[in-house]
Amino acid sequence: MTIKEKSQSVVDEFAIFDDWMDKYAYLIELGKELPIIDEKFKNDSHLITGCQSRVWLHADYDEDNVVFTADSDAVITKGIISLLIRVMSDATPSEIFNADFTFIDDIGLSTHLSPTRANGLVSMVKQMKLYAKALHLKTGK
Amino acid sequence: MGFKINTIRNDFPILSTKVNGKQLVYFDNGATTHKPLQVIDRVSDYYKTENSNVHRASYNLSHIATDLYENSRKFVAKFINANSYREIIFTKGTTESVNLVASGFSDLITEGDEVIITVMEHHSNFVPWQQLCKKNKATLRFLPVLKDGTIDLSELEDMINFKTKLISITHISNVLGTINPVKKISEIAHNNGIPVFVDGAQAIAHTNVDVSDIDCDFYCFSGHKAYGPMGIGVLYGKEEWLNKLSPYQYGGEMISSVNFESTIFNELPYKFEAGTPNVAGALGMEASLRYIQDIGMDNIIKYEDTLLKYATKKLENIKGLRIIGNAKSKIPVISINIEGLHPFDIGTLLDQMGIAIRTGNHCAQPLMEALKLPGTLRVSLALYNTKDEIDLFADALAKAVDMLT
Repeated sequence: MTIKEKSQSVVDEFAIFDDWMDKYAYLIELGKELPIIDEKFKNDSHLITGCQSRVWLHADYDEDNVVFTADSDAVITKGIISLLIRVMSDATPSEIFNADFTFIDDIGLSTHLSPTRANGLVSMVKQMKLYAKALHLKTGK
Repeated sequence: MGFKINTIRNDFPILSTKVNGKQLVYFDNGATTHKPLQVIDRVSDYYKTENSNVHRASYNLSHIATDLYENSRKFVAKFINANSYREIIFTKGTTESVNLVASGFSDLITEGDEVIITVMEHHSNFVPWQQLCKKNKATLRFLPVLKDGTIDLSELEDMINFKTKLISITHISNVLGTINPVKKISEIAHNNGIPVFVDGAQAIAHTNVDVSDIDCDFYCFSGHKAYGPMGIGVLYGKEEWLNKLSPYQYGGEMISSVNFESTIFNELPYKFEAGTPNVAGALGMEASLRYIQDIGMDNIIKYEDTLLKYATKKLENIKGLRIIGNAKSKIPVISINIEGLHPFDIGTLLDQMGIAIRTGNHCAQPLMEALKLPGTLRVSLALYNTKDEIDLFADALAKAVDMLT
């Protein structure tokens, strides 16, 4: 699946819920299932600044694709990260940094996030793109 | 006037707002309070009928604005029981008041001197002193906070020595709700010849403030945390101390004469009020303090204390919940930690349910560090909150905890 297709599948999934509390309940479930980052990456150099909760993000390179792992001390944040990872992981570096991430807006999530959390989300996407850009420059893919 | 909660609620138009389709429950009064119509109308009337610049022109409208502004100053002086209007300086708020005094003290504090503050200070009564000490090679010392959220006065006495040049302390903690014994602290400080600065940001709306009784050398607060407008606040200082400090900003209004070589500064309080002041803000703040006075601070204290006791009891039933700060003497500020849950997650879900509370470090990161907490959930109540709202909040909190565990 392309990033665009993966984004659409997330948007479709959230469309099932009418009530915002149900959407949050789903985010919390996703957060609890998020594969935990390797303990050794949970350090200051993997910390994303600009989030009210702490978020650690790590990028690995698996042949052609970037694989992201992450963790946070807040579970709703983890839910949001888990969506980002689902959409952005397993894609080539150039696909990631050229992608348009409007799915958070399309779910309607951004209007339900506090400005501090929305800023945190922007920081996360920015950091993921930075990793992809660095890998692109290194590998040419 | 007495205390009639329904009448009071009707004075605050914003309380009928809906959030996410739900009735707003506003429990973030420690950050800012809402404004009653009496204040909103006062500000609006000023711009409609009385607006003009103060202390300058010879025409009637300017005289009216000047009189109104100076009467607000006199009212504030009386409200906090200062000796004279000269001791009342209008500022933007608490933060500017602290910065003004810290700037003045930069001439009085030199290498090796010490300033004492507490671990529970808000950043606004922390960073200005930290930076001043850094600049002047002085030492900033911290009075620790005990487990129950209080401070130990004998520890303070031990910290004081001949190098101590100032003690600055919050009247009431914005995180713990603790009312500090500022009168006793002033007594201890003065016995050692040390001036005392009191940050009254959280106190002015919730307790009687009598600067003559406290006998502090400086006291400050913001209008907006006491039902007044944003962007206006007060610095009270004893005349002898204010006279020792150099002006904080330079410009118009604060001068008595200027020539090409030099300037003679104006007398108190104008020496510290450079530029056009926030006249509408001062009048709005006067209206808010009159509003408090009409209801009666003793009535407010009594009502808020019943809310505090009711909320504390209600919250204690929630599993894993711990209240941070259990001082005997406190205002209705309740900081909460729930085992295993991040305050930010809880705050997000409560927002969905129409409840506005504060999550995070409350601009008191050193205190959070001392308490070893990533932050707390803070409920801070005001005179217009009700037991029904506390019930709504407790139910919503239980629901949020249930969703997150």
